[in-house]
Amino acid sequence: MQKTYYDPADLKKFGKITEWNEELGNKFFDYYAKVFEEGKLTAREKSLIALAVAHTEQCPYCIDAYTQDGLQRGITKEEMMEALHVGAAIKGGATLVHGVQMMNKVNKLEM
Amino acid sequence: MIKSLHQRNSELAKSNRQLEILSNGIFQNGDLPKFKDKIAETGQFPLKAKKLEILQINVGYMCNQVCEHCHVDAGPDRKEIMTRDTMRQCLEVIKNTGAHTLDLTGGAPEMNPDFRWFVEEAAKAGIKDFIVRSNLTIIRANKKYYDLPDFFKKHNVHVISSMPHWTKGKTDKQRGNGVFDKSIKALQELNAVGYGMPDSDLRLDLVYNPSGAFLPGNQASMEKDFKKALLDDFDINFHNLFTITNLPIARFLDYLIASENYEDYMYALVEAYNPAAVKNVMCTNTLSISWDGFLYDCDFNQMLDLPVNSKVKHISEYNEELLEGRTIMISQHCYGCTAGAGSSCQGSVT
Ligand code: SF4
Ligand code: SF4
Repeated sequence: MQKTYYDPADLKKFGKITEWNEELGNKFFDYYAKVFEEGKLTAREKSLIALAVAHTEQCPYCIDAYTQDGLQRGITKEEMMEALHVGAAIKGGATLVHGVQMMNKVNKLEM
Repeated sequence: MIKSLHQRNSELAKSNRQLEILSNGIFQNGDLPKFKDKIAETGQFPLKAKKLEILQINVGYMCNQVCEHCHVDAGPDRKEIMTRDTMRQCLEVIKNTGAHTLDLTGGAPEMNPDFRWFVEEAAKAGIKDFIVRSNLTIIRANKKYYDLPDFFKKHNVHVISSMPHWTKGKTDKQRGNGVFDKSIKALQELNAVGYGMPDSDLRLDLVYNPSGAFLPGNQASMEKDFKKALLDDFDINFHNLFTITNLPIARFLDYLIASENYEDYMYALVEAYNPAAVKNVMCTNTLSISWDGFLYDCDFNQMLDLPVNSKVKHISEYNEELLEGRTIMISQHCYGCTAGAGSSCQGSVT
């Protein structure tokens, strides 16, 4: 039996999801490839966004993939860490901004 | 400074040990296909040499640097140096070759005591593209090398130099402390005599090797990033950037094994295998000559002691027609030349 939920080798099998639904799987991968092409944003900028989101989503596959991708593009570890802090700041901000909802509720309910 | 594998008496200093590693383990138990079988899938085995275009001469393994990824296992301790007699034999070949490119490499070729004589003589042959692979720091290593930019200019040499990154941290990690600052200074001096300037005919290209167990990124976008960073930060110009994949031999193989990256790296190379790159791998149009005059399909095969599969083995019996069509000697290190956009001493091949 598999001992862990995540297996690094599974990342290489990602493409296999098309086997159980070819049409949707292929549409997803076409879309994915298109998204990461050079556009108004450079592929390098997109790689850093992907790395930050990989962390906020806490997806070990994506972290692995976009750390490698960043190194291949010559992105430095300092740039990678800076991108992560953007992710962390938004994640932290998103938690805290809900504090306003809490405050509204308390203010409404308390005498 | 790290030491060469030879100086460390490492078992990897022996080429047959490297070839053993490259043929055993994951390639023996069937986890990964051998290179021979992989290229056979698209009918490209055996790989054959085409018409010679590039003559690459390694004038010695001595180097002022000891880079961690060096496939030559070069260093100050290496004593294999081409003699003037062998150079004379090379000059005969250079005069009569049909190749359009002459490519001098090492070690640091400038450390060969007869380097300048050889360049002066070879330049007379009028080969279209005359390349010297200079590691840059040699230009700043010692007073006697300070005039190299002028010397290169005088003989219209095309300079190709290594630069693993536009930041100090990444560069020094791969090539040794202080290398980045010296390289920047050397590039500025090459620019000062006209090398690498936008409209200049004095060609200055850079070579990028990844500083770790990963593959190089897209050559065109890396060139853009390098150009911008070097110009903005140091006012440096150059012409083209060649991205080169590190092949799993010599010190890079040692690094892969020591850092427990060997298997993952080989998987990455095989996964990135591009059948379209096979027909343009550099051994198909290149011949590599070693410091002692022996002939190889490429500089990598030279380091692995895999001589050409031909009746002609040495420069003393050189015959370009006989060498054409020879079967290339391959092993699993060749996956480094066929990953992604492919890799050669002139960068991507597709
Ligand atoms: S990579 Fe080049 S500069 Fe570095 S040690 Fe090897 S020959 Fe010398
Ligand atoms: S390592 Fe040498 S022989 Fe092998 S594919 Fe590359 S150039 Fe050809």
